[in-house]
Amino acid sequence: MRHTISILVENKFGVLSRVAGLFSGRGYNIESISVGETLDPKISVMTIVTEGEEAIVEQITKQLNKLIDVIKVQDLFEVEHVEREMVLIKITPPAQLKAEALRLAEIFRGRVVDSSQKTYTIEITGDEKKIEAFVELMKPMGVKEFVRSGKIAIAREKIRQ
Amino acid sequence: MKATGSQIIVESLKKEGVRHIFGYPGGVVLNIFDALYDAKDIKLFLTRHEQGATHMADGYARSTGKVGVALVTSGPGATNTVTGIATAAMDSIPIVVLTGQVPTMLIGNDAFQEADIVGITRPCCKYNYLVKDINDLAYTIKEAFHIASSGRPGPVVIDLPKDVSAATGKFHWPDKLNLRSYNPTMEGNRWMIEKAAEKITRSKKPVIIAGGGVILSGASDELRIFAEFTDIPVTTTLMGIGAFPTDHHLSLGMLGMHGTYYANMAIQESDLLIAVGMRFDDRVTGKIDAFAPNAEIIHIDIDPTSIRKNVDVDIPIVGDSTKVLFTLNQILKETDKPQWEEIRKSWIKHIDEWKKARPLSYRFDENIIKPQYVIEKLYEATGGDAIIATEVGQNQMWAAQFFKYKKPRTFLSSGGLGTMGYGFPAALGAQVAFPDKTVIDIAGDGSIQMNIQELATAVIYDLPVKVAILNNHYLGMVRQWQELFFNERYSHSYLHEVPSFVKIAEAYGAVGLRAEKPSDVEPVIREALRVRKPVFMDFVIDWKEKVYPMVPAGAPIDQMLFDEEPKKEEKKLKVIK
Repeated sequence: MRHTISILVENKFGVLSRVAGLFSGRGYNIESISVGETLDPKISVMTIVTEGEEAIVEQITKQLNKLIDVIKVQDLFEVEHVEREMVLIKITPPAQLKAEALRLAEIFRGRVVDSSQKTYTIEITGDEKKIEAFVELMKPMGVKEFVRSGKIAIAREKIRQ
Repeated sequence: MKATGSQIIVESLKKEGVRHIFGYPGGVVLNIFDALYDAKDIKLFLTRHEQGATHMADGYARSTGKVGVALVTSGPGATNTVTGIATAAMDSIPIVVLTGQVPTMLIGNDAFQEADIVGITRPCCKYNYLVKDINDLAYTIKEAFHIASSGRPGPVVIDLPKDVSAATGKFHWPDKLNLRSYNPTMEGNRWMIEKAAEKITRSKKPVIIAGGGVILSGASDELRIFAEFTDIPVTTTLMGIGAFPTDHHLSLGMLGMHGTYYANMAIQESDLLIAVGMRFDDRVTGKIDAFAPNAEIIHIDIDPTSIRKNVDVDIPIVGDSTKVLFTLNQILKETDKPQWEEIRKSWIKHIDEWKKARPLSYRFDENIIKPQYVIEKLYEATGGDAIIATEVGQNQMWAAQFFKYKKPRTFLSSGGLGTMGYGFPAALGAQVAFPDKTVIDIAGDGSIQMNIQELATAVIYDLPVKVAILNNHYLGMVRQWQELFFNERYSHSYLHEVPSFVKIAEAYGAVGLRAEKPSDVEPVIREALRVRKPVFMDFVIDWKEKVYPMVPAGAPIDQMLFDEEPKKEEKKLKVIK
């Protein structure tokens, strides 16, 4: 199963390589990883997407917890959560499809962040399915380049009864 | 107090109670060595190789329970410590390795003798630091010692750039540490321990497996109380040797690949395993799917990652072995007193039958020295009152099987990493800690040649370590595997004519003795123990001798190979189930 793991770490140099090294050293796979500061500049949050059987993921979370710089590990698989990633996609639509491309971007709540005579660069955020659907639709438009941010995720708050 | 970085380092080490350091100087650590010149309460042992220094720190730590310290220079000095660091990491040994680094402004410039040692050691140490600011020095050292010695212990590396150790600042020793992300669980969960106690009460065929964690935590006394109160037999892993006295009537000796017949049979038959401070290494479990098929497992370990890593566990208890066993003992004593002896009677009887059927044994020969005989004689000559270090291979397994260990911290061996060349420097480290104890390194002719240069360290610092070289001109364990599993194709395991160990010993100023026939063994040992000098004892052993029992890699642990009396029509080796 695929798991999204959120990790609070000390914001020190070398921490990212400790975490990434743990995965490579033990033969676990990282599908995506994204890191950023939290409100407390001394703490960063990493979101790692990984895949494996239950026992493997249990080992991964335990091993992560064991790292000295790791403050908290949460496997979001176990809780309701919101996931997002961002994609910048540069397309070169043929003249007759330019309007269509823009219309599709609007339907998907994308934003055109750059354009040239031949290209549009569209920013789009959403969960994986939405992004995959959009990329699929853009394929006939001539995708020149595209770059994904890696996933970030946050647990949903419980609504009080 | 105004001080240089180097003085801060030395003062901090003093505050941590460091009395002995093992090290080797070089350009970027000259400031630290200069500060050590005046430090009368800290003695530095100059080794001949940085690997030797880390193993000495390791042997010092294993034999004392204190943190061992090594100090080396940057680049090649630092990279030479990697094997020692990885050895300590695999066996959870607390050492702090101080490495020099090029000045901060040169880091990353491929400067002379620069190596990214923080990057290199990251996967093989518990934690590491690069100290860039003199104001962080004291705190970092305090934190490093805390991390190395608490929780599941391990090696910590501190990389010290030259400009930091040369700078001037203030020495301020911190009162306390602020480590929000590191809080090892010490107390086991009470509810889980109660459940474990209940299972123990109901079990008919329980076995305790004690690992290195029992020794590291100092849980031997609690373990003994537990085993004796409940009448449960105890087997130990290689790392657990010494955790439970081998000559105790409940002792099963070691289990696993070269474990005793009775330990492995008991494990396979048991209905409950109580694993304490061990991690179900593949050398212990053999074929994992066939391991202890009828047993429920209680697993006590301070490291949550050890639990359910290799085997499924019914009752996981995360905590310090001493504390968990203490609570468990309390609970068991409060429960309505079952008649333990009655309950265990038939199980113990069954085990005693296994013990009688196939004890650890070998075939004595009058004409050629059997390695097991040497170990037995070492045991007799010392009365077991010695610290034994081993190298890796056949010598290590014979030392584990045929010497009887009564106390923890008396058997020093590279278990996890299997580091050839470990034993001799580790023995020297132990001898530094216990100058009046008999310290013996049981070695092979292959292993001893991996760190033989430390003989100089032994002679110069008057460390009278005795090295028993079981000399068979082969990499014995490699040869054994080639004989059993590779059709006797001895590819590069023959060491040819090895050097004269007697002459080597003499060349270094030590004592060299040689035994060529069984009747030489006792006199050689007696003479070695008599002289207060480092000694190489060169025992020319039967080169065909193998370590038995043996579980072939990947087989279930009750499928052991034994050394059978050869019968005419029968094959010499028999698989016995």
